[in-house]
Amino acid sequence: MANQAAETDLVHRAKAGELAAFEELVTRYERRIYTLARRIVQIPEDAEDVTQETFLSALEHLRDFREEARFHTWLTRIATHAALKVLRRRKGVPFVSLEQATDPDDHSGSVPHPEFIADWRENPERLLEKKETRQLLEEALSELDEKYRVVFLLRDVEGLSVKETASVLGLTESNVKVRLLRARLQLRERLTRAFGDETTRVTARHDHD
Amino acid sequence: MKCEELLALLNDYVDGDIDPAVCEDLEEHLAGCNPCQVVVDNIRKTITLYKGGELYEPPRPFRERLHRLLRERWKETHPAPHHNEFKP
Ligand SMILES: [Zn+2]
Repeated sequence: MANQAAETDLVHRAKAGELAAFEELVTRYERRIYTLARRIVQIPEDAEDVTQETFLSALEHLRDFREEARFHTWLTRIATHAALKVLRRRKGVPFVSLEQATDPDDHSGSVPHPEFIADWRENPERLLEKKETRQLLEEALSELDEKYRVVFLLRDVEGLSVKETASVLGLTESNVKVRLLRARLQLRERLTRAFGDETTRVTARHDHD
Repeated sequence: MKCEELLALLNDYVDGDIDPAVCEDLEEHLAGCNPCQVVVDNIRKTITLYKGGELYEPPRPFRERLHRLLRERWKETHPAPHHNEFKP
C-alpha cells in the first residue's frame, strides 16, 4: 500500500469507534477483496456474499486485529476462509481442510515439464493494455485446480509471504511451495501458448541421465 | 545442474530466496541453456501480468447495499457516545 501510515491511522480510528474511518478502509479494499473472492468462487453472486461476509466479520472482529500483520493480510485471511467455505458448501462437504493432509501431488516431487517454450511476442506492459489479455488471464486462472489457484492468488497476486499463505490455508510452507510451482508452471504454459512467438520456440532438453 | 533440478529451484530463484552458492550453480546452468532461460523469463512475465492485472469492479448496487448494511451493523455494535446529551 502506498500509504502505510495513513492506513494505520485509519485502523486506529476505526478501532476507536469512528465509522467514517472504517468505511474508508472498506472503500480502499472492497475491489481487491471482491476480485479475490470472484477468482476463488468464480460466480459473481457468490463473490458478493463472500465480500459482504468479509467486511461484516472485519467489523465484528476489528478489536481483535492485533496489527501484527498488515490490515490487507488480515482481510485476505478472512475473505479466503469465507470463499473456501462457499466452495465446500457447493461440493456438499461440511468441513474439510484445504490441506487434505495426504495429497500425493504435494509430495511426489515431480512437476510437469514445460512444453511450449518460446519468447513472448510482446512485453507484459503492452499485453496489459489489451482487453483480450484480461480475459485470457481469468480463463487461465479458472482452469487451475482450486488448490493451486488459491495458493497462487494469495502469494503472487495478493503478495502474501509463503509463511502467511501457509498460515491462512493451514498448509506447511513446503506444500505451499509445491502448489505454487505447479500453479506458476501451468499458467506459464497456458499464457505462452497464447503469447509465445512460434518462431522462437525451443525444445527442452529432457536430460534424464 | 540439470534442467530438472533447475525446475525444482525455480520458485526460490524467481522469488530471490535462494542460497547464494546454489544460485551460482543455477545461473551457470542458465547461461548455457536457452530453454531454461526462456522458461524463467516466461514465469517472471506471467507473475507480472497477474500482479498488474485489472481488478473486477463490484456492481454499484452491491456496493451501496454493502455500505448501508455495514453502517447499520456499526450502529448496533457501537452505541452513540453520550457527549451530545443534554447536561443538567
Ligand atoms: Zn536447462
